[in-house]
Amino acid sequence: MTGALNQSAVGTRPLVQARNVHKSFDQLEVLKGIDLDVAPGEVVVILGPSGSGKSTFLRCINHLEAIQKGFIEVDGEQIGYRVKNDKLQKLTPNGIARQRRKIGMVFQQFNLYPHMTVLQNIIEAPVGVHGESRRDAIENARQLLKRVGLSEKENSYPRQLSGGQQQRVAIARALAIKPKLMLFDEPTSALDPELVGEVLATMKDLAKQGLTMIVVTHEIGFAKEAADRVVFMDGGVIVEQGRPEDVIGNPQHPRTQAFLSRFL
Amino acid sequence: MSSNATPRVAPSGATEFRDVATAHAPFPFGRLALWLIVAIVVVDFGWIVAKNENFGWPVVAQYFFDPIVLSGLYVSLGLTVVAMILGVALGLVIAIMRMSNDRLASGFASLFIWFFRGTPLLVQLIFWYNMSTLFPQLSIAIPFGPTLASWDTNSVITPMTAAIVGLALNEAAYMAEIIRGGLLSVERGQAETAEAFGMTKGRALRRIIIPQAMRSIVPPTGNQLISMIKATSLVSVIAMADLLYSVQSIYNRTFEIIPMLMVAVIWYLLITSVLNVGQSYIEAYYGRSDRRNAGAAKTAATTEEASH
Repeated sequence: MTGALNQSAVGTRPLVQARNVHKSFDQLEVLKGIDLDVAPGEVVVILGPSGSGKSTFLRCINHLEAIQKGFIEVDGEQIGYRVKNDKLQKLTPNGIARQRRKIGMVFQQFNLYPHMTVLQNIIEAPVGVHGESRRDAIENARQLLKRVGLSEKENSYPRQLSGGQQQRVAIARALAIKPKLMLFDEPTSALDPELVGEVLATMKDLAKQGLTMIVVTHEIGFAKEAADRVVFMDGGVIVEQGRPEDVIGNPQHPRTQAFLSRFL
Repeated sequence: MSSNATPRVAPSGATEFRDVATAHAPFPFGRLALWLIVAIVVVDFGWIVAKNENFGWPVVAQYFFDPIVLSGLYVSLGLTVVAMILGVALGLVIAIMRMSNDRLASGFASLFIWFFRGTPLLVQLIFWYNMSTLFPQLSIAIPFGPTLASWDTNSVITPMTAAIVGLALNEAAYMAEIIRGGLLSVERGQAETAEAFGMTKGRALRRIIIPQAMRSIVPPTGNQLISMIKATSLVSVIAMADLLYSVQSIYNRTFEIIPMLMVAVIWYLLITSVLNVGQSYIEAYYGRSDRRNAGAAKTAATTEEASH
């Protein structure tokens, strides 16, 4: 089923490849062997109860957390490592920073830079990290702000915006680096219920435009509407995955059934 | 009962009457009396000080702009500026070393802070000044190998260099802890976000972390600067001609001890007052991102509370 979906997606070679990923914090094993391929243009939504390891897995993809076993590859490059003289070698911090430049990330707590205006937030990485000219970056930032519906807010500071507005700015900021892959770490969990809709609408819009997205969320509705594939995680492993109508509409595994029953 | 009775007393025009916009504050007799008493005490004290001939106000006026006093003032100011700049720069390096995961770096930083905070500044100054008794020659050499260059310690460690080195190293130890506290006060998510966007550590510090840390670094640094101005008076013990040393050199001659000390006191007060004003401007600058929305933040907090 997953294979069929991957073929229906644009490319043949997966953009993200995770193999047997293991991660522990001290004694606690959080990820117990995750295998996941994400095709270019695919939107994968990861569902699962708190503590299932889904956020940790997402943070492993751009090496905010180091994994202890297995490997993760994004766009043909192994994250955090390189091969030198036929040996696998840890990358230097600057090498890791370079790999992260094609991966955009949106955080649960928005994490906008509070001392910068909205526009400065968006152009910071394009100008400072990617070496774009200031003028191009500003022009691009204005287009992105228009896209997330916040054109009039470019000179506001993050504290002057509502949570939903801040998260939309955070999405624009992540898009400004023209990422090949976008990671969303529970982007609506810190929002007041009435503000969730505007952020999800922006994300659905992105999904439609063919951006490769991995989304960790509790929003079943979003998974149903926007996901190409739903992955259900529990206890550090992938329990079940497939098309949203199958996994959400007709879950096979008892743990998936138990989890989803709470949302009905 | 009585609250029920009130509206019945003035039924017509009651709403207008009870509009708080028309209310008056009761006359503050108590506050006025207090102000009066304090004013009398202050004026009386001022009168006593001004009338007391032992203060020697004419002498104070005569020597206030004396060339010796002014040159001492310049030395104090120059020493403060140089030692502070070196102290902050070195303190930043030590703070970052202390926070690094590298055991060698954090160990060295801890040792540095332990030593320079743990010994009195006065002792450190005298120590630097007497370096030549410990090491008569200073040289650049390959360890256990040949000497490349060498100087006589007494020609290198003048009162000036001893003062600068002593004050700067001591300041660095304190600034390192202030800066470290500031860096730690920035939310962890900020460093993580900078990292996720592919920034190098240096860039993340410079663009994201330090500007946010400044808000908690500036006030204690202002304190340090003011302490530093006063600490420069310690260098008078190593014959450095600072403000205190200058007035001392005058009263050693004229025996007008109190008037000359008043000259120094007034100068120190003037400088620290100017610095206080400067500090409030710097604080306002680093607080600009949430100046206009203290109210907005409050409303956000209340809505959040209400939604729970």
